[in-house]
Amino acid sequence: MTDVLIAGAGLSPFGRTEHTTGRRHAVYAVKAALADAGITWPQVDAAFGGSDAAGLADTLVTQLGLTGLPFVNVKNGCATGGSALVSAVNAIRGGMAEVVVAVGFDKHPRGAFDPLPADWGLDEAYGRDGLMVTTQFFGMKIRRYMYDHGISSRTLALVAEKAYRNGALNPNAWRRTPMDADQILASGMVSDPLTRYMFCSPGEGAAALVLCAASAARKPTSVPVTLRSAVVRSRRFGSFEVFSPWITGGELSSVTRDAAAAAFEAAGVAPGDVEVCQLQDTESGAEVMHMAECGFCEDGEQEKLIASRATEIGGSLPVNTDGGCIANGEPIGASGLRQICEVVRQLRGQAGDRQVPGRPRVGFTHVYGAPGVSACTVLTR
Amino acid sequence: MTVYPADDVCPRCGQAASPVTLSSAGELWTWTVQRFAPKSPPFVSPPDGFRPFALGYVELPEGVRVAAVLDIDDLDLIRIGMPLRIEATTGVPRAKAIEGVR
Repeated sequence: MTDVLIAGAGLSPFGRTEHTTGRRHAVYAVKAALADAGITWPQVDAAFGGSDAAGLADTLVTQLGLTGLPFVNVKNGCATGGSALVSAVNAIRGGMAEVVVAVGFDKHPRGAFDPLPADWGLDEAYGRDGLMVTTQFFGMKIRRYMYDHGISSRTLALVAEKAYRNGALNPNAWRRTPMDADQILASGMVSDPLTRYMFCSPGEGAAALVLCAASAARKPTSVPVTLRSAVVRSRRFGSFEVFSPWITGGELSSVTRDAAAAAFEAAGVAPGDVEVCQLQDTESGAEVMHMAECGFCEDGEQEKLIASRATEIGGSLPVNTDGGCIANGEPIGASGLRQICEVVRQLRGQAGDRQVPGRPRVGFTHVYGAPGVSACTVLTR
Repeated sequence: MTVYPADDVCPRCGQAASPVTLSSAGELWTWTVQRFAPKSPPFVSPPDGFRPFALGYVELPEGVRVAAVLDIDDLDLIRIGMPLRIEATTGVPRAKAIEGVR
């Protein structure tokens, strides 16, 4: 099978602005990725991209250039970036294109997302009575996990503390002010046991990648990074998801577990080989649970691993080295590709103050979102 | 397997399903507190104003965990595993503590 390389990676500044549109972020990120790859837009054979709430990706050609290339819109919730990436890989492997752009972008209004029950197939009562709030799900899932596996509130605070510490080292992050665990614990409950500063905020930003067939790689000016696998999965029966009027009894399934296992299998890599990873951290509980669901530890081991600083930049498994969603915010369409941009930088040794020591060779990314989708990648150099 | 609310097809296999009456007594499987007033619409604030309220999943012997608002005023008393009585309403299901049971 054709090897697919990441030839270029680009980000727009993450955060929140008054006037910058999601589309403008996207154009910025695509141009940055093209410059990183040392190519120009007319050399791109095909593009895939999307946003959740900031418009159609194929309209970006107005700003990028009307070259006539096929540009496919992708809309897949939190897996928008991952799905664009899988489409790009398939376009290369299927012989449709040699050089492909994948782009994800978004811009969300301030505050919690406000979905409507009818869009989720639920009775109006769930909205009327105040159950259409995403943060409730995150609170309830980690509450049960803490009970089953002995995770403390302090561990949740340490995860957020790390996110802000790493964000402070990342010039592109939104939240760059370090905050200690005590401040995070005292910042007020949002959805118990999760406090205000344990959550990411909906924000804005864009991420883009230039992918190419190994045979089409122009000049290896920087360290080539190979996309060893990219997998998107939807939930199987028996998972616990946001806005569920019921969950089945007994053991639950996990779409993250499914997607991560498939990504590792396709790459021929084991979780123990990974030297840097980015895991969906909608809030700090998610990062804790995803460490186990992705196969990096057993349920409950996080309590000791996090206390011993294993997930810090200098630890045995650095997690969310760019500050993750907690420090970068959550532009839904962009986050999955942001994670890949960060792993590319880390594998190339270009991550500056937040560079993982020891020249990492294997990276992993993971997103999870409603209504039960997960996208995972394995990257190597 | 059992689902809530009743559906005429099984979400696992798509075959026809038949209604059952669920038990009213169960145990709290997990919970959280809604600390801030959700966005309106769709939320309709009670006439006397918004107050933080608890919600959670009540595990029933039929093998289903049902989302419910918890009518428990003292949030400090809420524990996973506490016995609850749940009932359907015109809104979402509501559950309250079963007095005298530990």
